[in-house]
Order: sequence, then C-alpha cells, then structure tokens
Amino acid sequence: MEAVPAIEVRGVWFAYGGVTVLEDVHLTVRQGEFWGLVGPNGGGKSTLLKLILGLLRPARGRIRVLGMPPERARLQVGYVPQFAGFRRDFPILVRAVVAMGRLGRGPLIGPWRGRDRAAVEAAMREAEVEGLAERPIGSLSGGQLQRVLVARALATEPRILLLDEPTANIDQRGERDIFDVLRRLAERMTILVVSHDIAFISQYVQRVACLNRTLLCHATDALTPESLERLYGAPVRAIAHRH
Amino acid sequence: MALPMEFFTAVAVHPFLQYALAGSLLAALGCGVIGPFVVVRRMSYLAGGVAHSVLGGMGVAYFLGRDPLWGALIAAVVAALIIGGARRYVHHDRDTLISAVWAVGMAVGVLFMARAPGYGTDLLGYLFGDILLIDPHKLVFLGVLDALAVCVLLAGYRAFLAVAFDEEFARVRGLPTGWLEIGLLTLVALMVVVLVQVVGLILLIALLTLPAAMAGQHVRTIGAMIPVSMALGALLSVGGLATAYVYDMPAGATIILWVAVAYLVSSALSWRRLQGA
Repeated sequence: MEAVPAIEVRGVWFAYGGVTVLEDVHLTVRQGEFWGLVGPNGGGKSTLLKLILGLLRPARGRIRVLGMPPERARLQVGYVPQFAGFRRDFPILVRAVVAMGRLGRGPLIGPWRGRDRAAVEAAMREAEVEGLAERPIGSLSGGQLQRVLVARALATEPRILLLDEPTANIDQRGERDIFDVLRRLAERMTILVVSHDIAFISQYVQRVACLNRTLLCHATDALTPESLERLYGAPVRAIAHRH
Repeated sequence: MALPMEFFTAVAVHPFLQYALAGSLLAALGCGVIGPFVVVRRMSYLAGGVAHSVLGGMGVAYFLGRDPLWGALIAAVVAALIIGGARRYVHHDRDTLISAVWAVGMAVGVLFMARAPGYGTDLLGYLFGDILLIDPHKLVFLGVLDALAVCVLLAGYRAFLAVAFDEEFARVRGLPTGWLEIGLLTLVALMVVVLVQVVGLILLIALLTLPAAMAGQHVRTIGAMIPVSMALGALLSVGGLATAYVYDMPAGATIILWVAVAYLVSSALSWRRLQGA
C-alpha cells in the first residue's frame, strides 16, 4: 500500500482581504522527500506554509498533512518561521527556547520530563547549538539564532520539517551550515524549505516547486538543470503576460 | 540606623502598621511574579488602562453602598476581558481601545461618586493609596487575590512564557494562545486590585513594572527576574513605608519615589557595566 502523502494540497485558494494570494494550488509531497519551494517575493510561499500549518484556512480547496486536517497534524510538524516572532532582547536562554519545541507533547504543568530534556539535548546537538545552550538569545549571531530555531523545531520530534527562508538574514557560511544540517535530517524526515535562492538550494533539495501568486508548477521527475530552467522561467513569463 | 529602628519599634506596637507592612509585602510578592511578564511583553500601557478603569467599579460600588474592593475587582476583570477579547475578535488598534477603557472607567467612577449619598468619598485614597487603612478583612481579600495570581502564573509558567515569547510558535504547538493571553490579562487585573489599596491606581504602574525592569537589567532570564524583582519590591516598599511613617508623609507616594530612585541607580549601574564591557 502506498504511504499517505506527507503534504497534500488540492485546489487551494486564499485571499488576504480582497487580494487573491493563492489560486488553485496543487502540491503533493511524499514522505521522505526533500523539497524546495521557490518563487518571487509576495508569491505566496509563506502563506502556503501557514496554510499547511493550519494557521490560516483556505478559502477553497483542501489540505491534508499526513492524511489529517492541518490542525490535527500540527504536532507532527516542526516549523522554522521566517522572521522570528520574538524580540531579540527577550530575557531567555537558548536551552529554554529549544525546550519550547516540547510544548504540546506532555502535561503543561509541572517540571519537564526526562524524555523532554533528552529530546532538547538531542535537538541541540543535531542543529549544532549545544555549545550555545546557556547563552541568552540576544547574544547570538543571525546564523546561530537560525540554527537555534531549527533545534526548537527538531525538539518537537517532527515527521515533517517546514522552513520559511531559513537563510534570508545570514551570511553564506551560515547558509551552508544550515543546509548541511538539513541534508542530514532529510535522511529521516520530510522537509519543505522555502527559499528565494533556487541556484543555491538546488544543490541540496531533490524536488523544486515554484509558486508565483497564482500558479504552482512542480517537477514530477527528479530535479535536473533543464527542468529547473523550465520551472523557474515559466511562471515569470506567465506574470509578464498577465500585466 | 535610627529610621529603621524607629519604624520597627512602632510596628511592634501598632497593629495598623503591621497590616500595612503585610499589605506592602503582598504587593511586592505579586508584582515580582506578574511584573516581569508585564515588562517583557511591554504591557505597561495595558496595565495602566486596567488600573484606571478600576475607579469605575469602585465608584459604582460606593454609590450602591457596597465594598469598593469588590467593585474594583469586577471592574479590573471586565476591563481585562474587554481589552483581551477585542484583540482576539476585532482587529482594532489596541492602544485606542485601552485609552477608551482607561478614560471611560474613570469618568464612570467620578460620576457615581458625585451622586453617592452621604459625605464626599475618599477619592484621593483610591488614586494614591491608603496603605495605613488596611485592616485584617482587607488583608485577607488582598491575600487571596495575590495567592491566586501567583499560583496560576507559576502553575502555567511554561505556557505563559511560550505565549509571551513567540505566540505563533505556541499556537503551532497546539497551545490555546487566545485564552492564555486573556488569562495573563486577568492575572494583571487581580494584581492591580491588590496594588490599588497599597499605592493607589495612579501610582501602581510604577510598583508593578519598575522592580521587574530593574531585575531585567541585571539577570538574563525571566525566571531569574521573578525572585529578584520580588526582593527589590519588598525592600523598596518597606523602605518607603518606614520613611513615610517616620517623616509623616503619604505612604504611596513615598514608596513610589523610593522605587524611582532605585530604578535610576540600577539603570546607571547597568549602563556603566555595558560601557565597561
């Protein structure tokens, strides 16, 4: 029997106010695949991630994550947001941030259980931030903070990892570090990473989807330079015709 | 050391000073737990709005011949629910809403007090505190509110911290973030009622936020801010109370000035350390 897809997006529409951001989007990510989601700014990439997380609801269409509605699958999904939704001067240490990935796993009251603490340490090792555990987040570089957010997502012990522009605000060295971590993780979980830099992520991901406001096209075959060219070129021309 | 000696000798013989001392320690305890959340979430303006709206409840209670403390409690919780609820369901400018709750609460209070039967009410006591009028009955009332606020916050610490830090992530982890937000506002409202009695509704914002802010200048986590701001709050409010008693000054205002001076010193120390680093 074919395993249930990790992410299944069927004919999804979404609008902010009156402005349509996503129009009839289809996407199927099978379990174990490593996907890159590319496209221009404002193309709806972050919106699609939020729909997959159940933070937003589609106006039309259907989304299933591991065969479940997004709200119910949430705890199986690790999320690394684009702009961290917190202040950099918030008084908190790295280990406590990573521990937040354990929320929703056990009782909310009382001390962390031993397995929670073990998962936090393992996640920090995996994202290579164990040396930063006792540092306040305000003292981290952009690349270090981004790896801490990856560790927080890993602490959830996810089956699917969603990352929104994980390397937007960091230097090339930091970018490479993050993607080396992701490449290792891809061996045991499904990953969907949003990026604007297709040339860079194509060295790492197996498949690419291109989202541009109103249409999504994606490779059904494994990624090749030709399909890449075709994918990234087509939607740009489509937009040019539209206006 | 004449001042502390004189004060503590007096405390030993005057029950009203014992109640005042207990009241200020209760205030410090509660502020130490709730204050750091108000500071790191930048909710001071919101807490100010809840504090001032309390006058409405006290005015209505006074007009009806009931205990103003109960009026204050109801008004504070209603104000917190209005502000928290509106943020959840209506995407209005929160500052504007807080300003409205703030001013309407005070207007209602002043109107009802003006129409209240009998002699003029002790408006100044509500505005600036009446710590020397705390009696055992009030002390029990304040103690229960204080204990409730402290216990709920510490029990739900992990969840409150998660929402304060990164609400979107907390929501992805399945936490009821809307309810936690409203819960935190309600705890702030309970603290406000305790503080109204001690320093009055105008001055309380300083006691709620400044000890926590001082703690934040010297420790690295919100968990460490809690005991530090408790200790600072206790030290400063007892110091203020002692000064007020010995020199016969209004206690609420004296406590606040102690807190303010300490905040200045703490800021200077923290600035010097940053320069040195």
